[in-house]
Amino acid sequence: MTVATKDLLVIEGLGHVYEGRTRHEAIGRLDFTVPEGAFVSIVGPSGCGKTTMLRCLSGLMKPTRGTVLLEGEPVDGVPRDLALVFQDYSRSLFPWRTVAGNIAFVLPRSMEKAERQSRIDEVLDAVGLTGSADKYPWQLSGGMQQRVAIARALAYRPKILLMDEPFASVDAQTRAELEDLMLQVRDQFGMTILFVTHDIDESVYLADQVLVLSKSPSTIVAKLDVDLPRPRDQVATREDSDFVRLRSDIARMIREQSQIRK
Amino acid sequence: MSADTSVQTSWFGTPRRAPNPRTTARLRRLKDFAIRWGALLGLGVAWEIVALLLRSPFFPPLTKVIDRFVQLWFSGPPEAFFLTEKVGTDLVPSLIRLFGGWGIGVILGIVLGVAIGRNKVFGDFVEPIIHFARAIPPPALLPIFFILLGIGNEMKISLIAFAVLWPVLLNTIDGVRSVETLHLDTARVFEFGRAKVFFSIVLPSASPKIFAGLRVSLAVALIVLVISEMTSSSGIGYNVVIAQRGFRMLDMWAGILVLGILGYILNALLALVESRVTRWHRGSREGVS
Repeated sequence: MTVATKDLLVIEGLGHVYEGRTRHEAIGRLDFTVPEGAFVSIVGPSGCGKTTMLRCLSGLMKPTRGTVLLEGEPVDGVPRDLALVFQDYSRSLFPWRTVAGNIAFVLPRSMEKAERQSRIDEVLDAVGLTGSADKYPWQLSGGMQQRVAIARALAYRPKILLMDEPFASVDAQTRAELEDLMLQVRDQFGMTILFVTHDIDESVYLADQVLVLSKSPSTIVAKLDVDLPRPRDQVATREDSDFVRLRSDIARMIREQSQIRK
Repeated sequence: MSADTSVQTSWFGTPRRAPNPRTTARLRRLKDFAIRWGALLGLGVAWEIVALLLRSPFFPPLTKVIDRFVQLWFSGPPEAFFLTEKVGTDLVPSLIRLFGGWGIGVILGIVLGVAIGRNKVFGDFVEPIIHFARAIPPPALLPIFFILLGIGNEMKISLIAFAVLWPVLLNTIDGVRSVETLHLDTARVFEFGRAKVFFSIVLPSASPKIFAGLRVSLAVALIVLVISEMTSSSGIGYNVVIAQRGFRMLDMWAGILVLGILGYILNALLALVESRVTRWHRGSREGVS
């Protein structure tokens, strides 16, 4: 973790205000960086503008203030090197296309057939869905659908993967499986990941660094480095005293945040 | 006694041996078939009996109608697949008008519907016009089409196209507007081009609604076809009217039978295409199969 790495994503003075009948300041001021190869989690109380932030970072939405730089280039529209995995997999996958079809969808048309097929096989294998290529998303369970969405993002070969509470709507067992899957594909593909969640344990378990957000207008309350040994383990890591301390610290901060009256 | 009952329950409740799934599927299909066609057959039998009892010249027995139907349309020479000359002079022109009008109306409806559904300003601009125009019953416009286009095929095809346009247009607008925002966001994340978004996301998303419009419009097309042919000198609609005016009740009923069969076949064909194209839609709504 001490190796000097360059910053892939740089966020400076990011702020967003929703204008309208009632003015709502979703993001106050955010400054942070995501180093290349890092796994950064963002956790915060509910309604802390996490989704707004991700939409600004990914270029889906133009922030009111501040700049987002990906590899030194300002983000204006969704950059090629960035992919986003949404929470609502069932409405992000295309139901009229098979699993393989959904993945092939994001590959360039110029790609050769053999290469296309090997790319599909590779990512399906990585998420453990080798046998489901010809199924339709709606024939799969929720956890498997989110695996397809992850495979699709991997096939796109982005440098950075943003994830918006990706495991919020699956059961606890599946959630643990998907967390380990993320750690595994991160190693396999050397991916930089920015992971937004409301689950404190999850944020610590996965990340190299956890950013704690305040209630909106959101600012960063704390940046905590997670020096837990890797590979992480669902049982051993979670009983590590450092893990317990970190999760308690974060829980305390979030509780303080949600008790603040506006 | 109690032992006997328990055997009975176990027999009806849970069969000891799982029945062959293929046999059950075939049995179920046979049952479906019997239910679907049994009612129609029953209706036919009822008509026959009532007609025989009534002895009204206006309601001839069904067997006589079918007899006349075969005689009029299917008693031709074997080299013409037993089709009579009347098929060429009356059924074919009707089909040309029907498909011509329906085709034009459908294409216009989909193209305009997409333009209106995807473009808010254009939509706001033309929507009042649409809601006014679609409220006019097409037969009321028959005299105007008559004056503008005469009594030829142009008039009939135009009138059918006009009537067909509205259900297709409104359904297409609705379908195009109901595209999931998240699908469009996903397309932006993966940098889909405009054409790809349109053909691979907007059209498939809208297809279930578009097909609903196509089905309604097909029924409308058949109705307007008959109405437009009442001022004509050929076609099935013309046949029905002229037979009624000449008190040839069997001919009239035979013509009505042709229209019924035509509507049924066309709807079944469309339903077949629909179930192929929008299979994903049914599947995704019913959940895991």
